[in-house]
Amino acid sequence: MTIAAAILRDRLLPLALGLGTLVAAIAAVEGLIRAGFINGYIVPLPTQVAASFGKVITEENILDRFVSTFTEAFIAGVMIMVTGVALGLLLYRVALLRRATETWVAALAAAPTVLAYPLFLVIFGRNAWTIIMMGFVAGLPPVILKTIEGLAGTRRVLIDVGRSLKLSSTQLFVKILLPASLPTIFVGIRLGLIFTLINVVGVEFLINFGGLGQLINDLFERYELPETYAAICFVILVSVLFFVITERIERWLRPGD
Amino acid sequence: MVATGRLTHPVMPANAGIHVLRAAIIAAVLVIWEGLAVSGWLYRDVVPRLDVIAVALWDLLSTREFYGHLGVTAREIGIGLIIGGVSGLVAGLLLGANRLLARAYEAYLYYLGPTPKIIFFPVMIMWFGVGAGSKIAMAALSCFFPIALSTAAGMRGIDKVLIRVGRSFRLNAWQMTTKIYLPAMRAPIVNGVRLGLGVALIGALLAETRLSKEGVGFLVNQAYSVFDMPRMYAVLIVLFVLAIGINTLIAKLGGLGRS
Repeated sequence: MTIAAAILRDRLLPLALGLGTLVAAIAAVEGLIRAGFINGYIVPLPTQVAASFGKVITEENILDRFVSTFTEAFIAGVMIMVTGVALGLLLYRVALLRRATETWVAALAAAPTVLAYPLFLVIFGRNAWTIIMMGFVAGLPPVILKTIEGLAGTRRVLIDVGRSLKLSSTQLFVKILLPASLPTIFVGIRLGLIFTLINVVGVEFLINFGGLGQLINDLFERYELPETYAAICFVILVSVLFFVITERIERWLRPGD
Repeated sequence: MVATGRLTHPVMPANAGIHVLRAAIIAAVLVIWEGLAVSGWLYRDVVPRLDVIAVALWDLLSTREFYGHLGVTAREIGIGLIIGGVSGLVAGLLLGANRLLARAYEAYLYYLGPTPKIIFFPVMIMWFGVGAGSKIAMAALSCFFPIALSTAAGMRGIDKVLIRVGRSFRLNAWQMTTKIYLPAMRAPIVNGVRLGLGVALIGALLAETRLSKEGVGFLVNQAYSVFDMPRMYAVLIVLFVLAIGINTLIAKLGGLGRS
């Protein structure tokens, strides 16, 4: 098989099938609404949704809202990185503490912490800190767990080389442990950032405060359906973009995988 | 002398040390909590005294009303998990079995999976109403993605020898699915269901906190709206214990052990 045929089979045909199905589904919804099979007051025409993107961008200050959501997610992201890596390092260094608490951290990762948002509302008030802290709590466990995993997985020979060069514990961490465990730690950071973003947008929607999440809530409460759908599409695009960028960084850090 | 000393003072087993440390951490947290509660440093009732929370927990668990709400939430999550789980399983089997379908559609699932599902709640309200339907839909939508992706990955990981054995016995598609694929994919499917249950729970409960007149999510929101903090803590404690317990139980039933 030629390279061109292989590219056609492996790349172009699946891409065309995927995009074609998406376009066909959108066209089918448009047709069914126009034919009266789907209630237009419940599902807006896809063409109306497409047309309302301009209005959402210009009239709803989407850039400001994007910056607001990004800032909240960024602050929470920095917090999970600093706290998560520090706690992971502490648990790696103190074996007894690690054995006593690692299952608790894993349980926290499985717990639906976002449901505690009314509690955070009481503690922090209806402001950005509630959103940031919810993002922080949700994103912290994977960073801690993957930091421990990365540090514990550092090859013994590398640590022995560091010790043979009489590196101090700080030098050993900075020169040996951190570079060797960075790819695994970043997997945790990426997972943590995804959980953080999900929670930031989710809590914005739930408490009707902040950026993109609040925009969807606002538009829905005004019953502007095409704009609501357009805003949802915009949030999906932002999420996918964020996901793709972090995935690329992870691949760059783990070229061998 | 030193050796005798070691013998007469046996070294504490490692597990005992862990239990002691855990007990110490829990005791420290409770003492700090109680200290904060009586100090008056925080707003009154934000950090209630432990005995007040314990009473609220007892009151919650001893009322029939709570179990009614728990039943509503369990039903919504259960139906959602069945709908989303079966659709996810079928989608995962199709994607895992066919390379073209996987290349065409799996990227959409992969990238849509981590989006915040709560933003679809307005759409679900419009489609399924403000009652249980929209919560079931939220649970189904939330759990579909992890189950589909986990099943697809699991199917691709099946030992090719097993598939060849099935084909050599001339098994039809149904027999291949029930005798080869599903048993060989137990671990990834259980893992997918675990993840799916977690997000289905969040999806349904968040929807209940946003707009509902029944369910555990409604109880959380109700406690918040009347500023009954001990009750809110009690509901959250029950919810977290149930979520973590069910997660652990599914992992054990699926033979995944501690994970």
